[in-house]
Amino acid sequence: MDRIRDAFQASHKLLVPFVVAGDPDYARSLHIATAILDAGADMLEIGFPYSDPLADGPVIQAAAVRSLKQGTRLVDCLRLVRDVRARSPKPLVAFTYVNPLIQYGAERFFSELAAAGGDGVIVPDVPLEEAGEVASAAEAHGIQFIPLVAPTSGEERVRAIVQAARGFVYCVSSLGVTGERQQVSRQVRELVDLVRKHTDLPACVGFGVSQPEHVREISEFADGVIVGSAYVRRIGDALREGRDPVDAVRSFTEQLKQAARESTHPR
Amino acid sequence: MSHYPFPDESGRYGAFGGRYVPETLMSALLQLEQDYLRLSRDESFQEELKYYLQQYAGRPTPLYYAERLTKHLGGPKVYLKREDLNHTGAHKINNAIGQALLALRTGKRRVIAETGAGQHGVATATVAARFGLECTVFMGEEDMRRQALNVFRMRMLGGEVVAATSGTRTLKDATNEAIRHWVAHVDDTHYIIGSVVGPHPYPMIVRDFQRIIGDEAKAQILQQEGRLPTSVVACVGGGSNAMGIFYPFIEDDGVELIGCEAAGHGLGTAYHAASIARGRPGVLHGAKTMLLQDEYGQVQPAHSISAGLDYPGIGPEHAHLAATGRATYVPVTDDEALEAFFLLSKLEGIIPALESAHAVAYLMREAGRYGPNDVVVVCLSGRGDKDVEQVAAREGDEVNGSHP
Repeated sequence: MDRIRDAFQASHKLLVPFVVAGDPDYARSLHIATAILDAGADMLEIGFPYSDPLADGPVIQAAAVRSLKQGTRLVDCLRLVRDVRARSPKPLVAFTYVNPLIQYGAERFFSELAAAGGDGVIVPDVPLEEAGEVASAAEAHGIQFIPLVAPTSGEERVRAIVQAARGFVYCVSSLGVTGERQQVSRQVRELVDLVRKHTDLPACVGFGVSQPEHVREISEFADGVIVGSAYVRRIGDALREGRDPVDAVRSFTEQLKQAARESTHPR
Repeated sequence: MSHYPFPDESGRYGAFGGRYVPETLMSALLQLEQDYLRLSRDESFQEELKYYLQQYAGRPTPLYYAERLTKHLGGPKVYLKREDLNHTGAHKINNAIGQALLALRTGKRRVIAETGAGQHGVATATVAARFGLECTVFMGEEDMRRQALNVFRMRMLGGEVVAATSGTRTLKDATNEAIRHWVAHVDDTHYIIGSVVGPHPYPMIVRDFQRIIGDEAKAQILQQEGRLPTSVVACVGGGSNAMGIFYPFIEDDGVELIGCEAAGHGLGTAYHAASIARGRPGVLHGAKTMLLQDEYGQVQPAHSISAGLDYPGIGPEHAHLAATGRATYVPVTDDEALEAFFLLSKLEGIIPALESAHAVAYLMREAGRYGPNDVVVVCLSGRGDKDVEQVAAREGDEVNGSHP
């Protein structure tokens, strides 16, 4: 069973939202995750909150703080994967920084992630050079190690990275940390082309994608679109304004999904 | 001891070090490593570096025999390596000059830095002014309060100071912000890391630019005493002054290397910064090292009276030296450091930085271990002007009769 590969067999481009486990609390993050998948998302990235998220901008940092203040531990994040899996057959990808992962123990982490029904992992602070141990532990438990490529990577690195990739290749849209940006950078199309030159694996684009127009634009040339900060901000805004974050993420998902479907570019 | 081969090709010091950073930074780090290795063998670069260290920073710094401190302690003969006499008041300028020249040679017109106590920020703003580079310094909001004078100095020098408001609002978070900023501006910006921390090649580069401390101290003690010291003592936060003075002595087996970690309120409390004594291996700021963290790998806040030691990690090479036993790391509390701050001021007319006072405090506590034939070199990494106000406030004294 390869849920990630199967998801990419769809006739449309994939919408891959990201949320932080335990934001704003365990029960509501489970509702949020389930609602996003029910509303049409094709895959979900579940962020494991960390005290020092180097690759994240202020929106996701704040969500991690909210979650950690609620006492979210790594075991709770794994439980969330299990609880979401019980409600949805779609692929689930853990997004975690390396330190929590190695403190828990890579073997134990991936064995429990697999048992919980997780399909893949993204570790934003583990580049190819440091990936060996973590990637092979993931592989041993059937968890796909999804690497990132950046506009600064260059062809030589892209080729080496995609050779070791599993699941799909995460293309970072532009320089910088996660966060909403006004427009899609021109570099990312070239990056996706470079990835395609060296692998048949799907290429998804993330970082800075915040609006349906972005999703439409990226769906023209990539296989999937990852949207993080724009979701996380909607959750924070809804909470602050006394609205239900579940409603907010559901309608946002429907908008983005519509945009992804409008892409005419065949896979 | 055989030849000391670290870091290895993968940027590791035994089990520590490496490059745990977002992919966006990898090409820049690999390029930096290549550029640095080329320039470290380039005679004109080394000549230029030497020129600025001498004519601008004021090197060599003296190795001063602290006669009254020696008599007071009644233990070893104590020498102070006077890094406090450098331009800008601390050893930080050694690395800042080196990295500014590196930035110039690699075509970068903009530099960024993180700072804790503000000494590295001031050193970076200083060299940026001198070499006409644009400069942004990230500093924890809490440290900006503790070290307001240094914030003012950086701004006078033309540097932009950006408050890090996330997390503990200290050095750890300033470093996070600097790395995040670098990820977004890596194409035109050089990041001048201030300590022997961060991803490879930074711990190596900073060590190499700071080894001048140890190279000079070794030559000076041989000249003044005709032999190597019994011990070399330095304070350790990230550990750049310590790595700089230790490195040239690493293969001298008879020389004891002692790093003084900030024990804050004491190791029995949650308020300390002793990552060797109380940490476990983990990853922070791009390197595997000893780290204060909870069971689940969340980084724990550090505490020290000195902003420059208030850091939950430590340079990976120190973690390696501790693991192999080549260097010994000892805890020194806030109170011990304060006592040393006053003692050195009164006995020698030298007001040390609170950071450096930790190294002096070790000798106050352990003088009895040594005999009169022992010689100890203490790295006096910086001067204490920046700390006078904070110490006065804490001690309830009055500065100029006007301080509350």
